[in-house]
Parts: sequence; C-alpha cells; structure tokens
Amino acid sequence: MAGAPSTSGAKTALILTAKRFASSLLTLFLVSLTIFVIAQLLPGDAAQEALGQSATPQQVAALRHEMGLDQPAPVRYVNWLTGMLSGDPGQSLVANMPVADVISTRLPNSLLLAALTALVAVPAALAIGIGSAMNRGGRIDRALNIATLSMVAVPEFLVATLAVLIFSVKLRWLPSIALASQDMDWSDYLRGVAMPVLSLSIVVIAQMARMTRAAVIDQMDRPYVEMALLKGVAPVRIVMKHIMPNAIAPIVNAMALSLSYLLGGAVIVETIFNYPGLASLMVNAVTSRDMPLLQACAMIFCAAYLILMLIADVTAILANPRLRAQ
Amino acid sequence: MTAMAHVEVNNLTVTARNAAGETFPIVSGIDFALKRGEVLALIGESGSGKTTIALTLLGHARPGATIAAGSIRVGDADLRALDAKGLAHLRGNRIAYIAQSAAAAFNPSRTIMDQVVEPALVHGLMSRATAEAKAVELFGALALPFPDTIGARYPHQLSGGQLQRLMAAMALITDPELVILDEPTTALDVTTQIEVLRAFKAVVLERGATAIYVSHDLAVVAQMADQIVVLNQGRIREAGAAAQILHSPADDYTRTLMAAARPAIRPTPRQADLPAAPLLEIRGVTAGYGRIGKDGQPRVPVLRDINLTIERGATLGVIGESGSGKSTIARLVAGLLPPASGQVLLDGEPLPPGLAGRSREQFRRVQLVFQNADTALNPAHSVGRILERPLAFYHGLTGNAAHMRVLELMDLIRLPRNLIDRNVGGLSGGQKQRVNLARALAADPQLILCDEVTSALDTVVGAAILDLMAELRRELGIATMFISHDISTVRAICDDILVLYSGTMVETGPRAAFQTSPFHPYTDLLIGSVPEMRAGWLEESHAGRAPPPVGAASDHPDLCRFLPRCAVRVDGLCNITPPPRHPLAKGSRILCHHGDEGLIPS
Amino acid sequence: MIAGAFHRAMALSVSGKIGLALMLFWLLIALFGPMLAPYPVGAFVAYDVFDGSSAAHWLGSDYLGRDVLSRLLSGARYTVGLAAAAAMLASAAGTALALTAAVGGPKIDEPLSRFMDMLISIPSKIFSLVLVAAFGSSLPLLLLIAAITYVPGNYRIARALAVNLAQMDYVQVAKTRGEGRFHIATAEILPNMIHPLLADFGLRFVFIVLLLSGLSFLGLGVQPPDADLGSLVRENISGLGEGALAIIAPAVAIATLTVGVNLLIDALPGRSKGR
Repeated sequence: MAGAPSTSGAKTALILTAKRFASSLLTLFLVSLTIFVIAQLLPGDAAQEALGQSATPQQVAALRHEMGLDQPAPVRYVNWLTGMLSGDPGQSLVANMPVADVISTRLPNSLLLAALTALVAVPAALAIGIGSAMNRGGRIDRALNIATLSMVAVPEFLVATLAVLIFSVKLRWLPSIALASQDMDWSDYLRGVAMPVLSLSIVVIAQMARMTRAAVIDQMDRPYVEMALLKGVAPVRIVMKHIMPNAIAPIVNAMALSLSYLLGGAVIVETIFNYPGLASLMVNAVTSRDMPLLQACAMIFCAAYLILMLIADVTAILANPRLRAQ
Repeated sequence: MTAMAHVEVNNLTVTARNAAGETFPIVSGIDFALKRGEVLALIGESGSGKTTIALTLLGHARPGATIAAGSIRVGDADLRALDAKGLAHLRGNRIAYIAQSAAAAFNPSRTIMDQVVEPALVHGLMSRATAEAKAVELFGALALPFPDTIGARYPHQLSGGQLQRLMAAMALITDPELVILDEPTTALDVTTQIEVLRAFKAVVLERGATAIYVSHDLAVVAQMADQIVVLNQGRIREAGAAAQILHSPADDYTRTLMAAARPAIRPTPRQADLPAAPLLEIRGVTAGYGRIGKDGQPRVPVLRDINLTIERGATLGVIGESGSGKSTIARLVAGLLPPASGQVLLDGEPLPPGLAGRSREQFRRVQLVFQNADTALNPAHSVGRILERPLAFYHGLTGNAAHMRVLELMDLIRLPRNLIDRNVGGLSGGQKQRVNLARALAADPQLILCDEVTSALDTVVGAAILDLMAELRRELGIATMFISHDISTVRAICDDILVLYSGTMVETGPRAAFQTSPFHPYTDLLIGSVPEMRAGWLEESHAGRAPPPVGAASDHPDLCRFLPRCAVRVDGLCNITPPPRHPLAKGSRILCHHGDEGLIPS
Repeated sequence: MIAGAFHRAMALSVSGKIGLALMLFWLLIALFGPMLAPYPVGAFVAYDVFDGSSAAHWLGSDYLGRDVLSRLLSGARYTVGLAAAAAMLASAAGTALALTAAVGGPKIDEPLSRFMDMLISIPSKIFSLVLVAAFGSSLPLLLLIAAITYVPGNYRIARALAVNLAQMDYVQVAKTRGEGRFHIATAEILPNMIHPLLADFGLRFVFIVLLLSGLSFLGLGVQPPDADLGSLVRENISGLGEGALAIIAPAVAIATLTVGVNLLIDALPGRSKGR
C-alpha cells in the first residue's frame, strides 16, 4: 500500500500547529527586543527632556532613578518585558498616567473600527476576487483589475478627503469628524464611523480582492480543473467544490495580511477623521517622544499581526489533506 | 463504413493564436471513423497534435485554441453543434476522459471516492450509494488493493499506477460509450505500466466501449489498438489497421518512428592505447539525506553499499526506476552529495567527499550532464557564453582562442555555427541537449556523468543524441556513466550494466550477461515489462504477475528490498535472511538467494 | 537601445502606456519642476487663502496665499527623489542579502531569514514610526528609514527567487564545475531575477511614496521649510471643510504617480497577472 502515513494526520497537524505557535512567540520576543533596542537609541535623556532645561542635575538624577533609567539596559529590558506581560507597560511620560490606562480607552475603538471594516470588506473582496477570476480575461475582469490596481496605490488621505468632500461638504449626509464617545447611540456612532470605514474598506477590499483572484487563478490552470470540466461539472460547482478547497489557504492568508493592516494602517484615516483609535495615539506618542507608550502600541500592533498570521497558517495546515487525512 | 461508424471525424481543423495575434492551424485535415467497440490509436511525437485531436472528441479545446472547421460526431451527437451546456451533458457521461497524469488530474484536497462518483452524481444518473457501490466494484475489477476502503483516501496517499487505474474507474462509472485515453501510462515506470495496461485492457476495452488511445509509444499501442493513425505536425501521415501499420508501414515517417523505437546496438570498441586501470572507483558507498545517525546511516538512505568501477573510455549503464537512487550516484561522484560512508576514487586517488576541497583539475575531469537541457542551461546566457565559460575557467582560454575552440565544439556536436549568439531559449530540445553535451566536452573531461540525457526528448531526436554520443566516445575516448530508466537503451550502448533497486545493486555485469537469462528477478521484471511491438505480447508476458504469498518479514535491515514484488520469493528464506551476493554462470553478479536454477528461465 | 525600449513601450497594453506616461511625466516634473514654477515656492502671492483655480493660479492658493502649482512642482521632487533613492537602496540591500543567503548555505540563510521574518512582522508603518521617534526625520534619515523599512520585503521576494534558482540544474552544473559562490550568485542566479526584481522595485517605490507622504501628512516626515506632496496635504488640511483645491491637488498628484507606476508594473511582460 503506497504512501500510508505511519503517524496519524491529525497528530501531525497538531504538532505543526504547536510548532507554529511557538515560532510566533519567539518572533514576538525578538520583536520586543528590537523595539526596545531601537527605543534605547533615542538621543538625549528622557528624564532631562521630561523636566526641561531648567532642572538641576540632582532633580534629573532623582527622576532617572525613579524611572529606572540608571539601571543597565538588560535589566531595564527585563523589567519592561515582565511589565508588558503582567499588563503594566509603564508610565506614559506625557499623559502622566499608566500606559495601560491610556491604551484601554483607545483599543476598543480601534477594534470596533477594524471589525466593522472587516465586515464590509471581506465579503466584498471575496465576491470581487472570485467573480473576477471566473471572468478571467473578460471585460469585467479587466475593468476590475484596473480599478483594484488603482485603489491599492491611492493614498488613504485622498480617499478620505474625497469622501469628506462628497458626503459631508456636498451632500451633507455625514459628519466629517468621527467622535466616538460613551454617550452616543448606535445610529450616531454608525454615521460617525461610516466614512472611516468606507475609506479603510476601499484600500483593503482592493488588496484582498487582488490576492483572492490570484489564488483562484493559480488553481484554475491546474490539470484537475480541466479534468472536472471534462467530467461535465458546471463552472460554479468547479469553483466552489474543486478550486476553493485548494485556494482557501492563500485566500485566508491574504485576508489576514490585509486585516492586520486595519489596526496599524489606520493611522491616517484615524487622524483625518479625528477618530480616537490606537494608531493616532501612537502618532501622538511619536510626536511627543513618549517612548513607553510608543513601545506598548508597537507591541500591540505586532502581536495583532502575529495572531492573524498564526490563524492563517493554522488554516493552511488544516486545509492541507496531507496533514488532515486520517 | 460511414453509415455504421460510431465515432466519425471529418476534415477537422484546430487553430491557435500566437503572441502576435495571428491565427494558425495546429491540426488540420483530420479524418477518421471507428465502429462501436473499436480502439483507435493516435500516434505521434510531441507537437503532433494528438492530444489536441483527442480533446476535440469531448468538444474541448485548450485555452488559446479553437476548433475551427470540420465535423465531430459521436453516436447521434454532433459535437460542434452543441453549446457549453450540451457539451457538459455529454462529458463524463457518454464520453469519458482519462488524463495523462492522474497525479495532477485528481484534486489534491478531495477524497478519491468523492471524485470518482462525481460524474454519476452531476449528471443525475444514480444515487450516491449506488454510485459508490459501483465504484467499489470497479476498483476490484481494476485490481486495486483494498477496493472497499481505497475511496476514502486522498490522492497523495496513492501511487501513480493506482491513481491511473482510479481515473479509469472515474471514467467508467457512467458506462460511457466512448473513452478517451490520453497517454495514460506515459508518466509511469515500465514495471507499473504493464500492470496498468492489463487493467485497462481487462476493464475498459472488454466492457465494449469505443476508445481513442493517445500515445507516443508504438509498442504500447500494439497491445491495445484496432486502428492506428500516425500524426506528424498536425497532419495524418498514415492511417490503417493496426497490423498493417505495425508490420508493413507505408510511410517514411512511420518507418523512422519504428526504427527509433528499437535502439540500435552502438558498439564502442575500447581504445587500445588506454591503460586498463580503472578511472572511477566507488567503494562501499552509503549516501542519503538528513542527519547521519549512530549506525552511520543517514536518516533517509538513498544508496546502500555501492561498489563499482568504470575503466578508461568505457561506458557503465546504471538502470533503475524512479526513486531507485540512480541519479544520486551521479550527484555523489560530482560532489553534490557527500557520502555518509565509503570512498570515491578518481584515477586511484580518493576524491574529497563534497565540493569543498576538490581541486579545479579534479572538477575538470568529471563533468555532469543533466537530463533536462531546459533547466541545465542558464536561460540568461547565450550558447557562446555557456561554452566559453569552462574554456576560460579550466583552460584559461579567452578572446579569439576561446572563440575558435567554441566553433570547433559546435562542429563536433553538429550545431550550425550561427547559433553561437542565440539565447538558449530559442533552441529546440535536441539542440539544447547538444549544447548541454558540448559544455561538458569543453572541459576536456575524462568522465561524463549522463543523467537520463534522452528521456526528455522525442524518440527520433533522442536516437540522434545517442548516435552522437557513441561517436564522441569512439573519437575522444571519454568514459561515461549512462544513467537511464530504459533497459533497451542501456543494453544497446553500454559496456557494463548496473541494475539498481531501491538504492541497492541487485545485478551487475558486462553487457553480454544482460542479453541472456536467467536474470535477477528485478532485472527480469524490468526486461519483461518493456512492451514488444506485436499484438498479444501483453497477454504472453509473465512480467508483473502477482508474487507468491510469504509470511511476515523479519526486521533485519539488510533484507532483500525487492521482496514485496518478487515473483520467485521463498517463504522462510527471503523474508527472514538477507540475500548473498554471488555470481551467475553467464557472468553477472546478483544479490539474491537464488542461483542459476531458482531464477525464472526465459 | 532606445529603439528597443520604444518597441517594448509600444507593445504595452493601453493601461500600461498610461502608466508609463504618468511615470515619465512625474520623472520630468521631479527633474525640471522647480524651473517651471511660475512663482517662488515660499512667496505669498495670492490675495486670498484657499482660492479656486484662476488664470494667475492654476491650482489656486494655499492656506497662506501661496501658489499651489509652484509648491506642487517643487514638492514633487522630494516625493519622487526620496522614494526612488530609498527604493533603490532597499532593493539593492535586500537583493544582496538574499543572494548571500541563497549561496551561503543554511548557516547564513537561517539566521538571516529568521531576522528578516522578525522585522517583517512589525507592520511597516509602525516600524517607521518607531524609527522616526528614535532617530528623527531629517531628509537623509527619512531616506534611510524608508529603505530599512522595506528591505525585509524585498529580501523575502528576492530570497524566494534566488533559492528557487539555486536549485536549478544549471546552478548545480556551475557548482560541479568548481565555480565560487560569487560567480554563482552574480553570473548564474542574478541575471534570471532581473525582471521580477524590477517589478518589485516598482512596488517598493509605490509603497515608499505612500509611506513618506503618509509620514509627512502626519507631520512626521519632511519638515518645513522643505515640503513634499504629503506635507502640502497636511498644511492645507484646514481647507478640507470647504473642499479647497489646495488639498485635493497634491493628493491627486500622489495618486497619479503611484497608480501610474502600478499600472506600468502590471503591464510588464512575463508578470503573472493579478499580484
């Protein structure tokens, strides 16, 4: 009997998933090291800067001690990392309050914006990508190709600006500033985030649709698709039953890549619409050189990216019959 | 004849469009007809249009091609008059297709059973339960192992030969009136091919379906066909009853094809002035991939205890099926894969195991020629640049001197001089293989390692390359290691032969010893599996019959590796003790428990 | 040479020709734009702020009453120049490292690839924000930051290509000929990577244009008195509410540049469609 695997497929899949998870953790650890090292390269002294030029050397030294800056770098790194892990990434220098508190007011907004965008973008991208692939070389496909090709290259602030011009300046349908606050009801909130969601969706839909199309087309040239055609299988069934099981891994990968963009990549959209998300918080941290806050934000974005990629890779492992069988 | 024909093709033309947007015919003026239950073979080399024609019988043309003219009738259906829906209704229902590479034509993500019953289900011919029962019955009839459970497997869990038979089951599930077989055994080893051919003949043909069999191999076709159509460059060269084409071909091209299919013996007299000392010697080499374990064996052993010598100017043939490790021997000698244990000696001096540590002179003396000239020649370089590099690298030749030498080499391999500035992408397959050979010759080597140098080529082109190599050996006295899966070629051109099975040498000896039986059981299977160009061979050959039953094998690591397939295995001996290596009366040495008497007589 | 390039240009699809035209247009503007500017860049020449289009000011005036066309013509130089230099630096460094990894064996390849994988898991905008925070945003630093941010992406593509090519039989033949690693990398592998690498260079260029304009838009990129196209959008953001031309024009300018390059890359021959 040829090719009978000696270990069961489910076990192999589990082992691979565990390995993949461990590798993500290792990467996250290395990322934290990199971010920490870069932050240490900051010229000047955080304590000096916090106190200003008029501070006496004694005051600076006292603050340095309070901030832990007089300790050697490895010790500071370990302190910071353990702080991050226990939910206390330090004190924000500018806001003068714990970083955790600053972030906790912003993170839900970012997640909500990302979730709403994903809700709009994923179905749209799948429809465009698959439809385009099925119409390969045809008029619709070529038109969609040019459209998505342009959309991925357009800067977000152009999309956002045009959205504002059309929907709030000319049509006066939507407010040009999205303020998320506790006392808003859902319809106000949705009207407020409509334009941020729209602006983000345009770019993300284009990215995902292009990668979906590529994944489907990559399968379309395989001999098994011609075989299905020669078995008399209808085109829609060919795509759904034959191509999708093989294209699902690259498509999920494309989705994960694009969705990871929705957190950190929302910087510009959040800024234009004054949306109080995590990305604009990070920009503030850069402007004010608030390193503890900056480091924490960067770690959150990297962790989000790694989680999404982990989901994509596990999907690929599960979708592979070599690992799933038996 | 027309009135009673079941399948009829008249004046068929298929066109394609090139990059410049011009339309040109890829096949034209094709006529043939066959009666119900007949088998018609379409024979031709690559580019002859045989697959294109076969696909038109399903109303299909590959992307870029169009069925431009002619009529195609199958039973009462005029295929050119049908729309996409009408064609889909016929396909996989009344007309079924068996693709060349079943490994690629099965969907990797779905179970075999899902795919086998799909034609019956999409056409609404039977319930799923009925279809599955019928599939299991077909699996059994096609001599597949575990017919009840094999359907639950995925394609990657099965061998090429099994998949090819499963594809036949998929085609037959709807009891089609016409079956198209598109080179169904080309991708298989010769020993697997015979099993698949038997299964096809028993099941596909005896169920009374009309069939079109596409192949490049006249000997295979001789087993299956009632009628033969010989194609060349999209046109019919000769058509007629199988016996007539095979025994008294009228057309020159058919005769060329027949001649190339039977390799001529190309004697290579050893040059008298060369000393008889061995040029290459491999001593007790074990090699493979992965980390080397405590027992000195690599994790994935590919070669086990290899010993061989090649005399100066001699040709050693290394033969085995895919996965036997035959190419690994060449990689080992070339230094691409260091052995786990053992030694390689060149001219009596041990070669450093890997690439590191070899001197430029040692590199020069051994040259490697790969199977596929498409990938062996750098597409970014011109023919001239490819040939000049070894001249500069080994001999310091540059400028005009190098140019003159390149011209000499071009003459030597019979390529027109004006190809020098051409990029290799613009050459034909045969021309590329000549450049590939010339690059090795440019080094002025003592030993050339030829890895399947003709198997990617059409028979006629391949035969010309073999002629050229024989001539070069005569003139230049270069020793050759000729690696091949084709025992007829090896028997025709090599002085000594080594048969490799699963990384072990099962039989070695001079060419003469391979002309007479008895052979090692594996050599016997190899030789007996090569189709002969006459009807009835498939029924007569003893090769590929089921081996006698044996008990469970012991866990001795050096047990005969051919045991699971051996036709003369002995219970209590072969599955318990490792076989000895011993000589046969005819002059070869085999690795087997049997002596001259226990082996299969011819 | 020029005739060959012309023929290849004529063989492009319509969208490819449009892309090529847009790219050449912005290249010329980057080279000669400041000479064509009707007014000095910093001069206050209009009577009103956020003027619409007029004969004197084709693209209107900005929030300080400066001529938008003049500012745009000189801003393009920063955008195109910085991005082109950074993309070249990123591609050269990434490809050199990728070749080293491909011919250097697992001892070089594995740590290097691991390191790049790690860098790639920091989203590019986030990475550049961290770098800007640490190093600041002078022009040379911006160039370097943009390059560093996109080295891992180029490395990943180039390494995948190079590792595939290193498996090719002709590379094996070169190895058994006794060729050194440098020859194998530069003469056998690199020439076969040029086409996909050119396409990748174009993509990096587009990414970097978007990244740098984004940074400038956030006030973290090109600093006054210098201004790239992103800075022009930022400084006129107060005109958003009235739909000022001063904010639309530079944004559209960036879009025509990036879309043009993207269209051109997509139309290049031998490039698999839809990536």
